[in-house]
Amino acid sequence: MQYMLLIYSEPSPADAPPPSAEEMQAWFDYTDAMKDADVFVAGDPLHGIETATTVRVRDGQAVSTDGPFAETKEVLGGYYIVDTEDIDGALHWAERCPGAQWGSIEVRPMMAMAELAP
Amino acid sequence: MTGPDAGAPDRAVADRLAEVVRDEHGRVLSVLIRELRDFDLAEDALADAVAEALPAWTRDGIPDRPGGWLLTVARRRGIDRMRRADAARRAVAKLDLPGVEPAAEDVIVVEPESAVVDERLRLMFTCCHPALSVEAQIALTLRTIAGLTAGEIARAFLVSEAAMERRLGRARAKIRDANIPYRIPPDHQLPDRLGAVLHVIELVFNEGYLPAIGDALVHDALCEEAIRLARVLLELVPDEAEAMGLLALLEVQHARRRTRVDATGALVTLEHQDRARWDHAAIAAGATTVETALRRGTPGRYQLQAAIAALHGTAATWGDTDWPQIAALYGELLRLRPTPVVALNRAVAVAMAQGPEAGLALLAELDDALAGYHLLHATRGELSLRAGRAADAVAAFDRALESVTNETERAHLVRRRAEAANA
Repeated sequence: MQYMLLIYSEPSPADAPPPSAEEMQAWFDYTDAMKDADVFVAGDPLHGIETATTVRVRDGQAVSTDGPFAETKEVLGGYYIVDTEDIDGALHWAERCPGAQWGSIEVRPMMAMAELAP
Repeated sequence: MTGPDAGAPDRAVADRLAEVVRDEHGRVLSVLIRELRDFDLAEDALADAVAEALPAWTRDGIPDRPGGWLLTVARRRGIDRMRRADAARRAVAKLDLPGVEPAAEDVIVVEPESAVVDERLRLMFTCCHPALSVEAQIALTLRTIAGLTAGEIARAFLVSEAAMERRLGRARAKIRDANIPYRIPPDHQLPDRLGAVLHVIELVFNEGYLPAIGDALVHDALCEEAIRLARVLLELVPDEAEAMGLLALLEVQHARRRTRVDATGALVTLEHQDRARWDHAAIAAGATTVETALRRGTPGRYQLQAAIAALHGTAATWGDTDWPQIAALYGELLRLRPTPVVALNRAVAVAMAQGPEAGLALLAELDDALAGYHLLHATRGELSLRAGRAADAVAAFDRALESVTNETERAHLVRRRAEAANA
């Protein structure tokens, strides 16, 4: 069963230094460990919230606006999709996520679109 | 079947059925959940069987193995329900979705009853899974293991039945959709997960133990439910010292329930409780259980709390209590659980063992952490009074009255403040 791990954290200030080499290594190691355990389906970090564009279609008109839909304290910074037997497997990987040390990881079971289609 | 019972009056059959449901609900439901692999379906099927039991048992007599009867009938009804749902799906498919192959008939292997193992432990771990909120864990445990109805649980927790149904429904949906496993956790998770189960049972008990809020009978029933759950758990994990500790703790606490409030509903503190009215047999049983647990050499919070409760329970009078030993046990508990409330209790024991000034010195360290906790101020009031500082006592009782919420406790504090003012 697939779960998405949504990695939330407070946005880093514009003048924050880029992630250290150790921090990046922690993410690489984490991703490698997922692959070694054969649970990794997908996963990437996202560019910062300042690069977001929000699109809405109202009355047939597409309107794009700069920035996220709503102001939130914590923003989505990246995601993984893991394939584990049950929620315990997904929670295990969420606990090991480097981002869990300072942010929070939301674990959501995924529905399989193929199984929903008639 | 005991055929000659056929003429039994409905009332006797209904009583027996209620008893069987209480005793067997968790066991039967857990087997059904594993076989049918669906929480909701299993509950519906068991409800069908319970509904059928009254007329059937009235007609044919109470079966020799009523739990087995419920399981067999519920299993059949579960399969009927699956077939009906399947037929409905096919009927819909015929109407709206031509070209879709009808699903193959669900095949269910019905095990002989002798192969049925006790599945309740798995079910307990599922109900107390950390991915569920604590409120949901409590509700599910009471519903599925203890066999209480949603209405009964709702009354105990002072919410509407509809709200409790929703809470249970959301929890079951999450178990299904998020694939919360139905199994005994692996060794490395077992201590944490067992701790969660123990905690849920403790919370059920505490809910019942709150003095005089709501219906006393409902509250007694909740305490008894918690003790029953603790017994079932210990039966399933007989080697877990903390499971023993919890059962002992609850037994000893429950043994004193009749003396915690007086005839007018006013709170009676341990010091002033009528010890003759304690259930000394239950206290002795709890004391034996906790001694057995502690001999294993793996002390934990429940064992320590039970040991403290047992020392209180076996003391002839408040003054005769082994306060140095209680203070030492609280010290040990504080090491495991460094919380201000445990520190507060230790301060009381130290005051009893060494005098009020020693206790007051320990209380001073808790002012920041427990500023809004009425029992800190109430305790300071009591110790100040004993130290002969009536003015300090009055001020402390005033602070306690600012934060107390329970009416029974408020009345007690008002009384103590008046006594301090006249001291």
